[in-house]
Amino acid sequence: MISAEARPSSAELREQAVQVREPARIGRWLGLVAVALGVTWLGYQALTNPGFKWGIVGEYMLEGSVIRGVLMTLELTALVMIIGAIVGVLVALMRLSGDPVLGFVARSYVWFFRGTPVLVQLVFWYNLSTLFPELQLGIPFNGPKLFEIPATVAISSFTAAMLGLGLNEGAYMAEIIRGGLLSVDNGQTDASRALGHKPWQTFTIVVLPQAMRSIVPPTGNQVIGMLKYTSLASVVALGELMHSVELIYARNFETMPMLVVAALWYLILVSVLSAAQHMVENYYGRGSNPSEAR
Amino acid sequence: MSSVEMTSRAASKADSAADELPILRIVDVWKDRGRNTVLKGVHLTAQRGQIMCLLGPSGAGKSTLLRTINAIERADRGLIFIDGEPIGCRPMPDGGYVRISEGALSRQRAQIGMVFQNFNLFPHMTVMRNIMDAPVRVLGMTPPTATRLAHDLLVRVGLENKAEAFPRQLSGGQQQRVAIARALAMSPKLMLFDEPTSALDPHLTGEVLDVIKTLAGTGISMLIVTHEISFAREVANTVVVMVDGQVVEQGPPSQVLCDPQDPRTRTFLAGSIKDPAGDAERKLLNPD
Repeated sequence: MISAEARPSSAELREQAVQVREPARIGRWLGLVAVALGVTWLGYQALTNPGFKWGIVGEYMLEGSVIRGVLMTLELTALVMIIGAIVGVLVALMRLSGDPVLGFVARSYVWFFRGTPVLVQLVFWYNLSTLFPELQLGIPFNGPKLFEIPATVAISSFTAAMLGLGLNEGAYMAEIIRGGLLSVDNGQTDASRALGHKPWQTFTIVVLPQAMRSIVPPTGNQVIGMLKYTSLASVVALGELMHSVELIYARNFETMPMLVVAALWYLILVSVLSAAQHMVENYYGRGSNPSEAR
Repeated sequence: MSSVEMTSRAASKADSAADELPILRIVDVWKDRGRNTVLKGVHLTAQRGQIMCLLGPSGAGKSTLLRTINAIERADRGLIFIDGEPIGCRPMPDGGYVRISEGALSRQRAQIGMVFQNFNLFPHMTVMRNIMDAPVRVLGMTPPTATRLAHDLLVRVGLENKAEAFPRQLSGGQQQRVAIARALAMSPKLMLFDEPTSALDPHLTGEVLDVIKTLAGTGISMLIVTHEISFAREVANTVVVMVDGQVVEQGPPSQVLCDPQDPRTRTFLAGSIKDPAGDAERKLLNPD
C-alpha cells in the first residue's frame, strides 16, 4: 500500500520522462574531417600516382611464383609455430619443474635464443657447413660413427629457415606458456591431484586448458608476427612471398608495384589469421562468463 | 601427552571393530615450511566410519595435516597409513620406507576424497564433467555409468538441475556442494574436508553443513577441519584439538568441548565460544 504522503501529486503525474541529450562533440567532428581529408589524399595518391602501376599489381597478384611464395610463407609459418609451440611447452615445463638442472637448461635456452638476432640465427644455420662440414651421429670425440651426411645437403634454405625461426620462436613461446601456466590457481592442481589424476593428466585436463585463455592472445600475436618474420628467410634465398617478389622486381624493375603485391598478400593473410584467433579465444573463454546461456 | 594416549585408547576400545585396521593412522608426522615447523610430531588414528572434527586456532597446522594425508604436501618425517597402506612411500625389506613417484601416488589419492576451502571446481568444465571426469579417467568407468552416478550425486546434494551449468554460474554454497559430489564420485574410503564453509557467506554455510550432516549418516569415514564448533558438537563422534602443530586433546565432543582437560584446549575454546566474531577477525588478520 502506498501511503497518502508517498502518493505522487497530480502535478507530478503529468510530468513526462525527459530525454537527456548527449553533449555536442565538436572534437569528434573535427577529427572526422581531418581523417576524411587524410584518407581522401591517400586515395587520390593511390589512384593518380603513376608509380603505383595498379595494372602491374593486378597482373602479378595471382602470378604463379607469387602464389607459390604465399604457399611457402604459410607452410613455413605453420611449421615454425609448431616447432615453437613444442619447444616452448618443453622449455616452460623444464623451467617450472623445480629440477635445478632442467631449470638451468631452460633458462640458458631462452637467454641465448632471445639474446641473439633472429637474422643472425638464420644465416648461422644456413652456413653451418663452415663449422661442421659433416653432420654425423655417433660416439663423440672420434668414436665410431653411426650415420654421416654432408651439412650442405642437410641444411637447405628451408631447414635453415625452419630451424632459425623455429628455435627462436620456441624461446618466446616458452615465456608465453610459462606465464599462462603460472596464471592458473594452485588450487586447481591440488584438486586434480586429490582426484587421483596422474601428473600428465593434471597438466592436459586441468592446467593447460585454463592456461590457454592467457596463452592464446599473445600466441595469436606471435603467429601474425611470424607470418611477416618469414620474409627474413629471403636472405637465405628461400622462395617465400617476399623472395618471390624480390626476384620479380629484380627482373622487371617494378619495385613499388611488387611491394604493394606483397603487402596486400600479407594483409589478407593477417586478416584471416585475426579472425581465426578471435574464434579460438572464444572457445577457450568458455565457462568464464557468468551470464553465458546454459 | 598421557591424556591424549588415554583418550585415544579409550576411543579404540569403544569401537566395536577394534581388531579391524584403522582407516587412518598418522604416526609422528613432522612438516617444515620455510623456517616454521608446522607439524611437530602428530599422532592420530581414526576408525572406519568415524567422523572426526579437527579444531584449533588458526595456524595450528590443521589444514597442513589434512594436505599431508593425501600427500598433496609431503610430510618431512613420519608415516601416514590409509586402511593399512602407507601413503607416498612403500616399505623396504630392511624395514625402512622409500618415497614413491607422483604417478604411483595418484592411485593412492584416488581412494581419498578431498573438499577444499575454495571449492576448486574446474571452471572450464560443466558441473557434470567436473563430477564424471575423474571416475572415467582415473577409475576407468564408462561414460554412461559415470553420467548416471554424477546425476545421482547431484540429486543427493540437491543440484540435479545444474548439471550443465558452469561453476561460475553457481553460488559459493552450490559450488561447494558440487565439490562434495565430485569427491564422492570416486567412492573414497575417507573424506577430507578442509574448512568447507570458511569461504562462504554466513547464510550459505547451512546448506553445505546440511549435506555433510547427511553424509555422516551413511557410514563414510570423515575428517573435517572446521571453525564451526556447534557443527562439530552435532556431527562429530570424535573431536580433535590441534594447537601449535600438535594434537593436544581428543575425545567425544561432549567431553572435549564441555569438559576440556588440556589448558590449551580451554584457551582455544574460551576464545572461540565467548567471542564468535573474534574468530573471524583473527582469520582475517592471520589467514591459515
